[in-house]
Amino acid sequence: MVNGLTLGCVYAVVALGYTMVYGIVQLINFAHGEVVMIGCMVAFSVIVALAPTGLPPFVIVGAGIAAAVPACMAVGFAVERIAYRPLRNAPRLAPLITAIGVSIVLQHLALLVWSRNIIAFPQIIELKLFHFGSSETSAAISNIQIAIIATSVAMMAGLLLLVYRTRLGIAMRATSQNPQVAGLMGIDVNRVISATFVIGASLGAVAGAMVGTYYGIAHYQMGFLLGLKAFSAAVLGGIGNLAGAVLGGILMGLIEALGAGYVGDFTNVCLLDRFLPGFSAVCEASPESSLFGSNYKDVYAFIVLILVLVFRPSGLLGERVGDRA
Amino acid sequence: MSLLALENVEVHYGGIRAVKGIDLVVEQGELVCLIGANGAGKTTTLRAITGLAHAGGRIVYDGEDIAGAKPHEIARKGIALVPEGRGVFPQLTIEENLAMGAYTRSDRQAIAADVDRVFTLFPRLKERRRQTAGTMSGGEQQMLAIGRALMSRPRLLLLDEPSMGLAPLMVERIFEVIRLIASEGVTMLLVEQNARLALEASRRAYVLESGLVTLSGEASALLHDPQVRQAYLGE
Repeated sequence: MVNGLTLGCVYAVVALGYTMVYGIVQLINFAHGEVVMIGCMVAFSVIVALAPTGLPPFVIVGAGIAAAVPACMAVGFAVERIAYRPLRNAPRLAPLITAIGVSIVLQHLALLVWSRNIIAFPQIIELKLFHFGSSETSAAISNIQIAIIATSVAMMAGLLLLVYRTRLGIAMRATSQNPQVAGLMGIDVNRVISATFVIGASLGAVAGAMVGTYYGIAHYQMGFLLGLKAFSAAVLGGIGNLAGAVLGGILMGLIEALGAGYVGDFTNVCLLDRFLPGFSAVCEASPESSLFGSNYKDVYAFIVLILVLVFRPSGLLGERVGDRA
Repeated sequence: MSLLALENVEVHYGGIRAVKGIDLVVEQGELVCLIGANGAGKTTTLRAITGLAHAGGRIVYDGEDIAGAKPHEIARKGIALVPEGRGVFPQLTIEENLAMGAYTRSDRQAIAADVDRVFTLFPRLKERRRQTAGTMSGGEQQMLAIGRALMSRPRLLLLDEPSMGLAPLMVERIFEVIRLIASEGVTMLLVEQNARLALEASRRAYVLESGLVTLSGEASALLHDPQVRQAYLGE
């Protein structure tokens, strides 16, 4: 449950990046997962460089994040400027394919810089567990999880404030509703779109740094799966809707963690043997194995995505449906 | 010097010339209307002035050629458009829509005073100030679109078909306000299919046909022009 919540917060922050960009230019920015990956990699490099200095661990991780954010902002800005802006008035399919292309380009740039190996984060933060119950086996939350949840919640709150309380925020909402008329109001639409990409990328940067610290590993292809799951989360909540992205992200994290934790038990071959024929041999050979173990965890996100698209294409909190595909 | 002068303005959409070289002048403080049938190029002309459509020729505003400038740059020079179909922001409230109109301004007190003024012109908007614009009727949205344009304190106000799709009573109300704004000295260029109403409210008028100006002059004279009467006033 706690694992799911932590994961869910990360998905929510990444999903916000997808949904913001979609809301304003109706583009699914498939390269967003790669921005998260680059954030993770930059944070990794900084943390490795600073680890021997003996600074307090949270300062080092903070420095990693502080470096990742501007790096990703620059990437987000450049991607919009170079790849998407020239296609602003092209048919919807062209920028979508471009987004996939950008994602591949970014992956391979990262491959050149950080190698194709799985790289391990130095474990500089000493893991501390806080138990909810009195016993050692009760549910626990670690200091890293607390930090991730707190950072995510703060960022989500900050984003909502930005969108609903500032001049830039109202310009963003106006642009998403009617870009042409927004221009007539004196809003520089291109700047607003740039700002949206940059803000989304900075959220992605922090998410990337958090993922790296949490799992302790990074890889140049990590952004693909993470991005797809966060995208599914955004669709689950209703793409284009900020609150929906938060809800979808948290649900997605919970589904994945609980699915990984419990579906395996439910589909244990010995348990199935009692209800269905044909499992007895497997049960005797390996009583521990199950039909859908925790290694199926990545599947759940996509089962959810498919179910949402079939039964509620506009998402949980989505309202606008119709010609926007 | 005229506030606005179009010199041989052309607009192409793909291979089609929607506006084929028109000359048009709006003097400081006057209400000029542009009438013509569907597809004559009226809306396109306004889109050219506001930078929404790419135009050839010269568009001289306040002594400066603004052809080719971006819509937000033109808006900041003091030209406001009430677009065809109203173009309110459906998910913003009335108040937020009005605030968008004042986006380029930072004088808070004067903005608040102007919001009050819009609410005096259109009391209905005040009743619904916290409602989202998409939930209002067409006439109320038209009021909002006009109010929003006034919030920028425009030096030149362009109105595109303000009577379109509205009930007769609402059309009356909208034109009352247009005359009131004109009497306060706001320069306006009005595009309208309801030629009689437009000509009665305006000082001068241009008649546009297939992308060309075919007639122009005092609005009162055009009202009695046999050609205009036959083609646009249904007589």
